[in-house]
Amino acid sequence: MRQSANPESLVVTITRQGSGFKRWRLVLPALLWTVAFFVIPFLFMAVMSLWHRIGGEIVATWNLDNYVEFLTKPHLVKSLLNSIEISFCVTVISIVLAYPLAWIIAERVPARWQRTALILAILPFWTSYVVRSYAWLLVLSKQGIVNTFLLDVGIIAEPLAIASTRYATIIGFVHFFVMLLTLTIYANLKQLSPNYARAATDLGAGPLRTFWHVILPLTLPGIMVGAFLTFVLCIGDYITPKILGGSNELVLPQVIMLQIGRRADFPNAAAMSIILMAVVIIAYLLCARWLKMERT
Amino acid sequence: MNTRKLKNYVLAGLGAMCFAGTQSALAAGSINALVWCDHTDPEFIRPFEEANDVKVNLKEFEGTGAALSILEQSQPGDWDVLIIDGVDVPKLAKDGLLASHPEEALPIADIWPEVLLEENHKIDGKWYGMTELFGYNTIAYNKDKVDPADMLDMTTLWGDKYKGRIAVYDWHTPMIGLVAMGLGKKTAELSESDLPEIKDTLFKLKENASQFTDVVSSQTALATGEVDILFGGGEWLTGVLSQEMPNLDWVLPEQGGLMWSQSVTTLADAKNPEMALKFMQYILSPEGQAKLATSSCYWAMPANMKTGPMLNDQQKAALRWDQQAGYLANSQLYPVVSAELDEKMEDLWTEMLQR
Repeated sequence: MRQSANPESLVVTITRQGSGFKRWRLVLPALLWTVAFFVIPFLFMAVMSLWHRIGGEIVATWNLDNYVEFLTKPHLVKSLLNSIEISFCVTVISIVLAYPLAWIIAERVPARWQRTALILAILPFWTSYVVRSYAWLLVLSKQGIVNTFLLDVGIIAEPLAIASTRYATIIGFVHFFVMLLTLTIYANLKQLSPNYARAATDLGAGPLRTFWHVILPLTLPGIMVGAFLTFVLCIGDYITPKILGGSNELVLPQVIMLQIGRRADFPNAAAMSIILMAVVIIAYLLCARWLKMERT
Repeated sequence: MNTRKLKNYVLAGLGAMCFAGTQSALAAGSINALVWCDHTDPEFIRPFEEANDVKVNLKEFEGTGAALSILEQSQPGDWDVLIIDGVDVPKLAKDGLLASHPEEALPIADIWPEVLLEENHKIDGKWYGMTELFGYNTIAYNKDKVDPADMLDMTTLWGDKYKGRIAVYDWHTPMIGLVAMGLGKKTAELSESDLPEIKDTLFKLKENASQFTDVVSSQTALATGEVDILFGGGEWLTGVLSQEMPNLDWVLPEQGGLMWSQSVTTLADAKNPEMALKFMQYILSPEGQAKLATSSCYWAMPANMKTGPMLNDQQKAALRWDQQAGYLANSQLYPVVSAELDEKMEDLWTEMLQR
């Protein structure tokens, strides 16, 4: 109250309120967009997940049967576990491969070649995702390049069954997401002042110690943003597991597509989608500390 | 060339394309058709468009469920023509979605009697659809890699001889029907009590199969030698490859095959009903049938018996034109089951895939 009695404070308060309103006005389009294309569709989906498809008709039953059904059928729960396992493996492998690549581009490639190196790194993005998956299928098939090479050099006597397995799915995903992670980690490395490394060296730290205690913690936001994006995109994808995995095991998005494509069972598909979204939210909460993109 | 010039060329090109598109759309009219991929072959569509000065806008779907979903979410008048499984015609007709046609507008006498499926297409004395193509879910194989004699017995596939060399068509309805036939059951009489035996057989099949595939992946797997047998395959899979890969073949085993069919219908709320009927008549004509039966997406047997002269010897051989009488006699229709049993079958299929 004492503050508002002060004319100077009053001016500051009004100005702040004004700027706050302006800020809201500026974010309004984005807010409307989010409400129209995320919140409302999500609410529709949440409501739909409580309904049921009975005798070919969608009936507003208002219960949790679809969720109970999912959680009590082991083969459906397994599809969720498959999704989590594959996404986790892909994320970890992609980080391990992308970090050195990003570091080499940021630190070892001359500045004038860095843009070219980045373009080369993201070049595979320019081709269709489906075409890339089918291309991998041909590479990994029994008569593909990998098996032909291994047979020719005498490492194996019989072709390896790589295509139509989980390994093929992971290879296809990793190829795609290494590029994405390289970009986010590279951006983070470039923001890093070289003075951090110099200071560590001055204080007697070797290259490994400098990396482990200085560079790596400071680039964690870039890694985690890339990792989160990788996990989310990976867990929601059904094309690559379908093409490269040969449907020998199903991931949750494939099961969701089966509900829609074969039986038009939107309530069941909606319930499964909500469960998938819950997993993504958990992943977000686990990464939230780093997703602020601020160095603490 | 400087950047500005390049930009001008690109803009001019885009403008020209837009103008060309508008001109095309402004032709004598247009119809919208919801179709399987075989109807999207330009070789099939172009003659009709040119002859009638009409634009056929095609929307491709991948499954009956998807087609019905699109239809449910559409406004009346959005679609003129719908290609759908024959078994789905009665429900759509009863829901008032399909238009009926006078008998004389359709070449009923020219359709193979076994695939006319009058009980599906003729309701209360009115014709709501007509079979346009049919084929078989049976056994497709690479005859250089497997003994063709083995393929005459479906039970070979759940034995050990071809373990790891089999792909299975990933669609629960036909495949459960086919397995049921292999076990000596009638697809028309399938009930819940049959599921345990079918489940055991499916689990054996799962141990032998290296992959479960859709249409494109099935073709790729067989063509690249990834597998030697496709259970559930037929002329729809090998036909399109028959010229380049004559080693790929298909057969109806002793237990028979599952006959599939697709029907052409027009919508009750079609904006251009006359043109929709013309398109239906084109599809059912020998000329349209020959092009559709050998489309670049997949091949199938034309329903019109008079299509023979429009096909060459290689196409006839790939489709088994001369053996149809015997094949039709040894085939059964897709299982038509209640929504509850279908859900249980789909659940069983998913459980098998997850093993």
